[in-house]
Amino acid sequence: MASNFSIKHQPGFTTIAATCFVVLYLPIIVLVLYAFNAASSTSEWGGFSLRWFQSAYQNTQVIDATLRSFQIGAIAAVLSTIFATMAALATTRTAPYPGLTFKYAAINQPLMVPEIVTGVALLIFFSRIKIFTGYSGLGYLIAAHTAFCIPFAYLPIRARLENMDLTLERAAADLYATPWKTFRRITLPLLWPGILAGLMLAFVISLDDVVITEFVKSGGQDTLPTYMLGQIRRGVTPEINAISTAFLLLSVAIVTLFFFVSRKRD
Amino acid sequence: MPDKPDRNAIEVVNVSKIFGSGEGQVAALDKVSVSIRENEFFTLLGPSGCGKTTLLRLIAGFDFPTAGEILLYGQDIAPLPPFKRPVNTVFQSYALFPHMTVADNIGFGLEMLGKPKGEIKARVAEMLKLVKMEALAGRRTAQISGGQQQRVALARALAPQPKVLLLDEPLSALDYKLRKEMQIELKRLQHETGITFIFVTHDQEEALTMSDRIAVMSSGKILQVGSPWDIYDKPAERFVADFIGETNFLTAAISGTGNGKARATLKSGTTIEATVAEGFQPKDNATVVVRPEHAKLTKDKGDLSGTVENIVYFGTDTHIHVQLDGGEAFTVRQQNTRSAGCGFERGDKVGILIGNDAAQVLRD
Repeated sequence: MASNFSIKHQPGFTTIAATCFVVLYLPIIVLVLYAFNAASSTSEWGGFSLRWFQSAYQNTQVIDATLRSFQIGAIAAVLSTIFATMAALATTRTAPYPGLTFKYAAINQPLMVPEIVTGVALLIFFSRIKIFTGYSGLGYLIAAHTAFCIPFAYLPIRARLENMDLTLERAAADLYATPWKTFRRITLPLLWPGILAGLMLAFVISLDDVVITEFVKSGGQDTLPTYMLGQIRRGVTPEINAISTAFLLLSVAIVTLFFFVSRKRD
Repeated sequence: MPDKPDRNAIEVVNVSKIFGSGEGQVAALDKVSVSIRENEFFTLLGPSGCGKTTLLRLIAGFDFPTAGEILLYGQDIAPLPPFKRPVNTVFQSYALFPHMTVADNIGFGLEMLGKPKGEIKARVAEMLKLVKMEALAGRRTAQISGGQQQRVALARALAPQPKVLLLDEPLSALDYKLRKEMQIELKRLQHETGITFIFVTHDQEEALTMSDRIAVMSSGKILQVGSPWDIYDKPAERFVADFIGETNFLTAAISGTGNGKARATLKSGTTIEATVAEGFQPKDNATVVVRPEHAKLTKDKGDLSGTVENIVYFGTDTHIHVQLDGGEAFTVRQQNTRSAGCGFERGDKVGILIGNDAAQVLRD
């Protein structure tokens, strides 16, 4: 019977599943463990200590890079979510027309194009602008992050819109709501969980980016990931483990927060 | 209201709606004209794809006609967006706003019209009472049953006191018993509010029991408009006769037409009197319809003769299927009694008596 088929009872299932989990989580567990190492080695255990967390916290470069990461992440996440919401509305609240598929592809382009290509392209493009305008602030990084975060924000918002009953908006219009009021009172409230998901996803993606940031950043514009990469080149201390652990906790916190927020909204 | 002069709430004038273009063009509505009177319970009846929902959507403003006018008390509303039309809709899926309470749903239209808070509150309370939902005013719409959602959808559409209420198969999602209850409830609401109802359904029984007048639609055209009685007893076309209730079709030679009547000579040689569809001059041969309950079976010679083929018991009545000597099939419906059977058996040679005023000549 097809209905009785269960993947769980296939030979080797447990072994494969266990192996995958070990490969996924064991390195992370080791990383977190050595963040609490009293010794200066990332492989030899010298007793429990919080000294590397303290050292990271007192390292102004680390704090500086972290704040910059948050700043770029927050602005890029908000901007990309706004653009993604508009794009999602424009591509779902319309009758299908020739060229719509092309637009989907164009919006999702940053997912397909290798990051290194985008990075190089932006490096060349922005260097021209820098010469013309003389401006070399964080704007370039924010623009770059906003651009590659759009598809990540777009996907959950579009999924939410596609599952939304169009009749609701029609009913609002029937009850004398203008298009703007229909959006404010019906579409937007029902879309919120999707928008929040998009926002958090965009923030995490921005926070995590190395390749494009590495190409676009000017001197003194290290984000936390590019700073860590730079440090590793000079040899690894458990300070990197400590920063990674803090980073991990933050990501877990954001995902958990999102889970509860979206559950309450539904 | 017989003592009031009839005013038309809605006039649909030569409306066409064409979907697609070029080769794939489909006329969902083909030059449809119909007038719907004030305070009327008007039903658009037809099979799926006949254009009834398209017509409703054009009146609501969710779509715009390719040609023609839609007049609301004389004013052409066809080009207006839905939020500028004093017309409200009860949707098939109800379309209640899931993030609002029952009361907020009902008050939404009034709020959008910019009515003061106090007035909205009073009107919502009145509506809740009208649909007997006072106890559930604070509930989310996901927390109430299908029948209750139906009532909220009605209250929400009635709250702004629209000039016309459109109902798009609103009872189709309910089970049989609840549907029967809501049919009565809808009639009561229509009577109490005095609002013109335009009701769309594919259920002929629903249409017959609820409507003041019915328009029967097929393939984008209105075939006949009339009272339930007109539609049932004086169908103009084969489609109408066939779609509504059960009926027997007989071919007959027509003579002596006049005064809305004609003499129809059946294949058996018997001649009966039949009414003629309005404005129709039958030629020599035409189709005559006789409802199964308007014919009687006899063991003697009747207007038609044949052999009993099958007997089906329905509780209230029995259907007796007869194979006529000329080869056609004919069904007679006979009221049941408790004490006796139907009095016939399979294979019996029988006669069929067609009552006076039982036959109608079709236009087709």
